[in-house]
Amino acid sequence: MKIQIAGENSLILYFGDEANAEVAAAVYAATQAIREHLADVIIDMVPSYASLLVIFDAYKCDHLQLRKSIQQAIAGDSASGNQEGAVVTLPVYYSEESGPDLKIIAERSGLSVDEIIALHQAEEYRVYAIGFAPGFAYLGQVDERIASPRIATPRKYVPKGAVGIADRQTAVYPAPSPGGWNLIGLCPIPMFTPEGESLMPVVVGDRVKFKAISKDEFLAMGGELDEKFLQQEAKA
Amino acid sequence: MSCFKVVAPGFLSLLQDAGRYGYHGVGLTTSGPMDALAFNWANLLCGNAADAVAIEASVGGLTMTSQADTVIAVTGAEVPFTINGEERELWRSHKVKTGDTIALSFATNGCRSYLAVAGGFQIKESFGSVATVVREGIGGLAGKALQAGDELPVKGIDAPCLELPEQWRPSYSKDITVRVIPSYQEQSFSRVQQRVFFGSEYTVSDRCDRMGYKMAGPAIAAAMSAMLSEGICLGAIQVPPDGQPIVLMNDRQTIGGYPKIGAVLSLDLAYLAQQMPGGKVRFEPITIDCAHNALHLAKSHFERAQSQLVAVASE
Repeated sequence: MKIQIAGENSLILYFGDEANAEVAAAVYAATQAIREHLADVIIDMVPSYASLLVIFDAYKCDHLQLRKSIQQAIAGDSASGNQEGAVVTLPVYYSEESGPDLKIIAERSGLSVDEIIALHQAEEYRVYAIGFAPGFAYLGQVDERIASPRIATPRKYVPKGAVGIADRQTAVYPAPSPGGWNLIGLCPIPMFTPEGESLMPVVVGDRVKFKAISKDEFLAMGGELDEKFLQQEAKA
Repeated sequence: MSCFKVVAPGFLSLLQDAGRYGYHGVGLTTSGPMDALAFNWANLLCGNAADAVAIEASVGGLTMTSQADTVIAVTGAEVPFTINGEERELWRSHKVKTGDTIALSFATNGCRSYLAVAGGFQIKESFGSVATVVREGIGGLAGKALQAGDELPVKGIDAPCLELPEQWRPSYSKDITVRVIPSYQEQSFSRVQQRVFFGSEYTVSDRCDRMGYKMAGPAIAAAMSAMLSEGICLGAIQVPPDGQPIVLMNDRQTIGGYPKIGAVLSLDLAYLAQQMPGGKVRFEPITIDCAHNALHLAKSHFERAQSQLVAVASE
């Protein structure tokens, strides 16, 4: 692990140069260890693919002190064994109606729509990072056969719950927004509930499985087919 | 409860407190006042804690009526400020009565004004803070900027009128130097690129808002083509492929994937936040230790200044 200065009250910890399960596990373990041992001086943290940004109270400690404390906290914790996040299953209504880009992925990959849907469910994905928008979880990695570059002209409107693929990442849009990911389905579980007891069904370090559901099940679970989105797609 | 009623919201007026901390993990930004020093003074002049809920008015144009007898103060950008049409001074508190009209015209120097009221605006927190982030739809009143007709509850309490003597007030300029801690992908910028960056004058472009200030000037480039997205701290200077640096401010996204040459010291970000498009900015490198010294010095200066507040008669 490498520790560098980020700003006047922040250090950034690097655990490797690429996104993989081992690096992600190290980021997760460090986040837990620092939260547990250094809560009195930590203001906030941003775990990501291979790094962890640690923001501290510069009036309570300095960067040299904190650097040492972080090394100690992480060393102490890795001895106490591997920690793993939870496994969360997210239901998805996959269809050409809810996932208008399934066709494009099929054309490019030579796979059938059913094969794409099966491959998306076959993997267990790690939550690498949360950002871009509140509750937007970057999940990886999808099977290489269904990896897809971002669409050339981003959609003006992507509905809440849309499940997308960008390169080898996949994600569920927590709220309506513009977006350039390839859409393959809709998830009825809200990814960000400001008023709820649990803000998000997942946190960085968790693993996610997707499970296909029918349209009826989707609607019964509170999912909605967004009129604005359907109209936009009908015009396209 | 009595309230202040928004008649005209102005260009962009937001309810702010010290900001939202502890929620980066779910993607929520910090927010909070762009010029923390001016914000703190507005509150202290009303007898509040420095981080009470106040209004940040960008550019100006805010008009409100008071439905309470209380005390207010306006600090920050130089802006014509009137109560019932009568010109009033910034950097001191004033009594207002039920039915009074409070108006901020447009800033003549600087960009962000802070309007505080005795007791602070009484707004429900979301995620531990009232700070409004319009992009996220969080904080303030339903996550929105102030709108005509909004009612902002106030306690309607009295407080003595105070003034911050002139020598303790910050002064804003259209030509500033900001201190930068070289950090993050600093090593990926060659010595020549660093010379260009730290040796040139940049202009604040018209793409400047609470999320980031995009600069216009000599382009710089990092010797790296791709990087993994990572956490972004306050003041981080990211350099996108067009080579024009962006200084990330209070409403920055929590993660990003452009190389960063360093981070601007928060004390100086306040002065950058007071710039409008066309303002001139130079960047000066400092060590992390100098940065910490500067923070401690500023804190002690601020504490000393608090003992210099003087009581003044109300008009």
